[in-house]
Amino acid sequence: MSQDKAKSVNTTGHVWDDNLQELTNPLPMWWIWTFYITIVFSIIYWVMYPAWPIGHSYTKGVGNTITYTAKTVDGKDVQKTTHWNMRSKLMAEMNEHEAVQKQWFDKVAAMPFEEVSKNADLMSFVNSAGGSLFKDNCAPCHQAGGVGKIGFSPNLVDDVWIYGGTYDKIQETITLGRNGMMPTFRGVLPDAKIQQVGNYVLSLSGEPHNAEAAKAGDAIFHGEGGCHVCHGADAKGNPALGSANLTDKNWLWANVPGQATAEGKLGEVTKVITEGVSRGKMPTWGGRLKPEQIKVLTLYVHDSLGGGK
Amino acid sequence: MPHADHTPLYQKRVPIYTRSVKGKFRNFKNAVLVLAFTVFFLLPWLPWTRHSAANQAVMFDLTTRRFFIFDVVTYPQDIFWLAILLFIAAAFLFFVTGLIGRAWCGYFCFQTLWMDLFILIEHWIQGERPARLRLRRQPWNAERIVKIGSSHALMILISFWTGFTFVAYFTYAPQFLQDFFSGHAAGVSYYTVFLLMGTTYLCGGIAREQICIYMCPYARFQSVMYEKDTLAVNYDARRGEGTAGRMAPTAGLRSREERQAAGHGDCIDCGFCVQVCPTGIDIRRGLQYQCTSCGLCIDACNNIMDSVAYPRGLIRYDSEANLRSTDPVKPHLKWKHPIVIGPAVAIMIMVGGLVWLVEHRTVIEVQVQQVRQPLFVVLSDGRVRNRYMVHIVNKTEREEVFSIKVRGVPEHAIDLGHLPEIRVHAGRDLSFTAKVDLEHELAEHTHELTFVITAQSDPDDRVEREVHFDREHESH
Repeated sequence: MSQDKAKSVNTTGHVWDDNLQELTNPLPMWWIWTFYITIVFSIIYWVMYPAWPIGHSYTKGVGNTITYTAKTVDGKDVQKTTHWNMRSKLMAEMNEHEAVQKQWFDKVAAMPFEEVSKNADLMSFVNSAGGSLFKDNCAPCHQAGGVGKIGFSPNLVDDVWIYGGTYDKIQETITLGRNGMMPTFRGVLPDAKIQQVGNYVLSLSGEPHNAEAAKAGDAIFHGEGGCHVCHGADAKGNPALGSANLTDKNWLWANVPGQATAEGKLGEVTKVITEGVSRGKMPTWGGRLKPEQIKVLTLYVHDSLGGGK
Repeated sequence: MPHADHTPLYQKRVPIYTRSVKGKFRNFKNAVLVLAFTVFFLLPWLPWTRHSAANQAVMFDLTTRRFFIFDVVTYPQDIFWLAILLFIAAAFLFFVTGLIGRAWCGYFCFQTLWMDLFILIEHWIQGERPARLRLRRQPWNAERIVKIGSSHALMILISFWTGFTFVAYFTYAPQFLQDFFSGHAAGVSYYTVFLLMGTTYLCGGIAREQICIYMCPYARFQSVMYEKDTLAVNYDARRGEGTAGRMAPTAGLRSREERQAAGHGDCIDCGFCVQVCPTGIDIRRGLQYQCTSCGLCIDACNNIMDSVAYPRGLIRYDSEANLRSTDPVKPHLKWKHPIVIGPAVAIMIMVGGLVWLVEHRTVIEVQVQQVRQPLFVVLSDGRVRNRYMVHIVNKTEREEVFSIKVRGVPEHAIDLGHLPEIRVHAGRDLSFTAKVDLEHELAEHTHELTFVITAQSDPDDRVEREVHFDREHESH
């Protein structure tokens, strides 16, 4: 900028470093009016919304109440009306979304399982709503994706169903819970015989075993051990009792697939026979989830994970 | 506080009453105005045959998340098209500005178009500049109230129709017209129409040049794109001022020869260039940031030059370099600048890309993703199961039924649960689980398989998706 031009521009007169100057171009008059408008706006805002702290409280604002439905600890719906705040706003929005979801839940609730499973649109809803219900409530035990954990919780993705894999049975399991147990055989059978039964159980599903011991184990299984009472003469289990099918390749309590050696596999089986099973407990969800939520979960577990046969 | 002089902190607005002008730039502006308004106001009413939506040629349907632009239907996943379009628009602005200055501002900007129309209304109702100035000095008598009132009423009416037209792009316009005036339209549409009515009237009818001078960010950053060779509206000071400055054509100073002898330039100081300027500046003071480059001062000056029989072009499109040059040439576009070439190349690449994308758009989108939790599961009989999430988007305007088949494994290995058919509504999507069960032996040798998805209406057009198949490793 030449000297001449610099002189023609209005400045504050301040000069720094020889030639650095501050311009004083006037603002348009309406500009300051927009500033006054923002002041007026802020006053209206103070009045309408929570603003000023006063001691341990604060101004709550007027004319901006929010009403929402909340749940008490014993599961009752209560209406609450508060002054405007973000948390209540979230609750009110959650209520709205629940109302939108409700029409889908109602549709599923009104139809038999088989009808829902044939309806691609409803199954799309089951996939997403059931998926999040599963993550929230079931995944802590049954693991992400329902893969389960040997020695803890059944795999829901395969086709093995201890208590039956029909829609009705799965719904029953979720609603009422299950209490699976196997008695301990410590002291009932001597260790040598437990070893023989173990070999027999391994032989049923084609795992490495001692054929002679297995033969002896067969006799104990169907005789003095009394195993066949629960597991059946064919060792295929009984869904009414929740006793496991010992002839398939699926293991829940004995981690046979996780052991590389024959001794290790046998050790896993004999451990279960010796100690029994006391952890096969599935809690009841009847009071905690709504019937329509359980229905969606049932459909999700049956169709998206792996029910039926 | 030391003040060099007592400049006021705030400046009262200087009212601008522009004089109308005839000429080629005015004609060009009029042509742009008519074309732009015709397209904007009539486009939502253009019918177009559609199967799954209202029969409207251009409709941005937010409820079904589809934008209909003639025969192109865009979906939210086509957001990249919009990104490219905006990029092209930005690069085009740089390109044009580097070449011929703020052409956008002067001829095409919405602010300029609506402002031009509203000034035209004032001219129709209140008369030419002197009449409007006289009206302003009058007390608020009947004439002033009627003339000012009716012109602003007309502006508000046009602003309303502007807002209404904008919203009509987002819904079926004929139905919206009916609903709006019977009070049945959605609340948000009333809100939007009246908000846009207010802003259009405020910006075009009241704030006018204040928008360009104080608010518009584009005006600011366009200024830095000027090169010395950029063509801009300029006053030829050398010719206009001469050595003794500009002078009114008083007695003895009428002919060019007399003036040149006395050292005066060609500018007769009539002030028309200032009177026609929509931002109220004097172009003779050089290039200023307020100038929107509308060319009206060129028209005004050329008319005066014609009337006094001097050559045209005292105010003209010319470059700073050429005006300063001791050997000026005829003004022409100079494009050999990075600011011109760079955006031009970018525009060509992006336009090519956009055309390719639009041409190669698919009407059926298919995604097949393997479920990774767990990757596989061994069934009780030793078979291995992998599960896949299939997601189909039907972007056609018809309901479609799809068949899902697998290749590379036995045909019956796929299990879609109880779904009797895969039916996807027009413009909707569907996702479902597909299970693939393979015998232990086969699973050991299968690493990949292919999903083949065909629409029943067009069995020859097959969409294929290759996916992995996992199993436990043999070494285990």
